[in-house]
Amino acid sequence: MAEIVLDHLNKRFPNGFEAVKDLSFEIAEAELLVLVGPSGCGKTTALRMVAGLEDISSGDLFIGGRRVNDVPEKDRDIAMVFQNYALYPHMTVAQNIAFSLKLAKRPKAEIKKRVEETARLLSLEALLDRRPKQLSGGQRQRVAMGRAIIREPKAFLMDEPLSNLDAQLRVHMRGEIEALQKRLGVTTVYVTHDQVEAMTMGDRVAVLRSGELQQIDTPTNVYDRPVNLFVAGFMGSPPMNLARATIEADSGRIAVRLGSLAIPVPDEVARDRKLEEWAGREVIAGIRPEDLEGPREDGTLVGSVKIEATIDRVEALGSNLLGFFTVDAEPATSKGIAEATGGDLEEVALITREGTPFCGTFEPRSAIRLGDRVDVSVDTRRLHFFDPESEAAIRG
Amino acid sequence: MSTTAAPPTSVPVRPTVTRKPVGRVSALGFKYLALVFFAMAVLTPLYIVLVASFKGTAEADPSNAWALPDVWTFDAWRQAWDQLLPNLKNSLYLVIPATLISTVLGSLNGFVLSRWRFPGSDVVFLFLLFGMFIPYQAVMIPLAQLFADVDFPTGIPRLAFAHIVYGIPITTLIFRSYYATIPEELIEAARMDRAGMLRTYWSVVLPLSAPAFVVTAIWQFTSIWNDFLFAVFLITDPSKWPVTVALNNTTGSLVTPYNLQMSAALLASLPTLVVYILLGRYFIRGLMAGSLKG
Ligand SMILES: Nc1ncnc2c1ncn2[C@@H]1O[C@H](COP(=O)(O)OP(=O)(O)OP(=O)(O)O)[C@@H](O)[C@H]1O
Ligand SMILES: [Mg+2]
Repeated sequence: MAEIVLDHLNKRFPNGFEAVKDLSFEIAEAELLVLVGPSGCGKTTALRMVAGLEDISSGDLFIGGRRVNDVPEKDRDIAMVFQNYALYPHMTVAQNIAFSLKLAKRPKAEIKKRVEETARLLSLEALLDRRPKQLSGGQRQRVAMGRAIIREPKAFLMDEPLSNLDAQLRVHMRGEIEALQKRLGVTTVYVTHDQVEAMTMGDRVAVLRSGELQQIDTPTNVYDRPVNLFVAGFMGSPPMNLARATIEADSGRIAVRLGSLAIPVPDEVARDRKLEEWAGREVIAGIRPEDLEGPREDGTLVGSVKIEATIDRVEALGSNLLGFFTVDAEPATSKGIAEATGGDLEEVALITREGTPFCGTFEPRSAIRLGDRVDVSVDTRRLHFFDPESEAAIRG
Repeated sequence: MSTTAAPPTSVPVRPTVTRKPVGRVSALGFKYLALVFFAMAVLTPLYIVLVASFKGTAEADPSNAWALPDVWTFDAWRQAWDQLLPNLKNSLYLVIPATLISTVLGSLNGFVLSRWRFPGSDVVFLFLLFGMFIPYQAVMIPLAQLFADVDFPTGIPRLAFAHIVYGIPITTLIFRSYYATIPEELIEAARMDRAGMLRTYWSVVLPLSAPAFVVTAIWQFTSIWNDFLFAVFLITDPSKWPVTVALNNTTGSLVTPYNLQMSAALLASLPTLVVYILLGRYFIRGLMAGSLKG
């Protein structure tokens, strides 16, 4: 067990492509760090650099206090779980799990004992004599985990280990991996695409964009206080509503104007972000769908600030209901948002010429329908403000 | 086997002008007709060889090549067997080690060149490929010279060595293409499990190589067994001749014993046939699994 330190790591591929740029962060001992970011942002590359499967172009990598840039993968004492599991097809489950110990020339009795322990931990006892092709996806995933944990390595690296599983199994395995990691207390880097995995599994989340670290913090902080438009747009599903807005100041009271809407900003928020300095200037304002709430079952609204909305589209998700409506503010077209949501700038602009679609949450059994006019309350304490130039969050 | 084969009498095909279903049937019929025609074109010479091998010496004559034997006899086969047995043995002594060694070398090369690459491995591969296109004739004299200069053991070892070296490009290519289909993650998983290069090869790659081994072994067995040029050039002692060279000497001095020649030719080609029948289905599968995809 050990902490991992990435110090200004760079990866330049032979074709000149820079997949990882100046990446610096630390993973504490026994911590589970989740690495997220859109496809192609360099998550796998970063993980492979830590594993030793990819050379480090520049910068330093420390594992347990030792600089390991030039230490070959077999001497780094790190285990990796691959996305497609990469089980040895010609070996049984037991042989797959035991392979690393066999190579390490551990005594037969010890190997047998540890395989049995590992199998018990992962409920694989009944499957030890099977070959990988005779296993289900979830079982294969567990064998891959077993192969990693039997070694008692200094660290686990997991590259989207659940992405090949169906939704139910994913939820189940997510819990199991989390519990296992806590029980074993092994430093872990976990790469994922999945919003839920990112929010629930990690002690901390690191968000990557085109090879650069955007933010690293606890999941709650990343979600509640995104440092820029990219993180705001990437974390959360459905994503944060964002639109161009103007800050208005009237005798010390700050309001944010979104088209024809003027939403008062609570004093403590305005003070905290020093919004006064932005009076009369354009910003990008954001609010998450869950902070735009429709009427409760009894018809009352939670918040004090309400806006009127005409419903354009309804998505019933079972546990809640998303209602989309248009706010007549200019959409916040930014590179960061486009990258985070996978859309391209012009497309976003085109769809939203007549305003910006906002998404709010409604009572699952409320009978809102297309074209309904409803009141929506705005939790103004949860407003986000971004500098349209730098795309950074306005923090004061 | 250049018997003047009369073309099989062709049945005139009249395409029937009809509606769709029948049209499809006639298309199918035409397809089968074409297939039968080409099959016969291939099999006709074989038929002549086969019937001649069961004829007596007097009866075996080009003038009645088409006729079945009046008297079926194994005399020619027996004679061919007695005459060629030492050479058949020579061929086996040559082919078995040469095939095994060149196949194993190809497997090692293919693994390193596809999955455990090193700086400059592309250049090495290019040179290897180049080796495949050098005709036998171009290397024969320097090869013989080299053998003489280094005092290489004469006879079958020389021939085997030549075939091993000459086989490396093709065996390497087959294995490299096959190994390219093994997922990279599998090799990387072995690396993460702390296996070195040889260990990864031995424990992970080799057990998955059976199809490529079959393809390569059949290929090498057949081409080394059938080779004539290297053998006639590199082996001077007739008692060490492989069967292909000895076959050339079944020609009689006054009369040509066609029955003997034909049975000897069949006898000489039997082992490759046996190898193909035993391993053929893996051959097809192996080609599908690796070589063609690469
Ligand atoms: N060997 C290579 N040579 C050149 N570029 C590469 C190489 N491997 C990866 N890349 C590029 O590096 C970038 C990062 O790739 P990487 O696989 O790390 O992305 P990722 O974040 O893991 O994406 P995903 O979520 O789709 O798995 C990509 O743009 C990819 O095209
Ligand atoms: Mg990846």
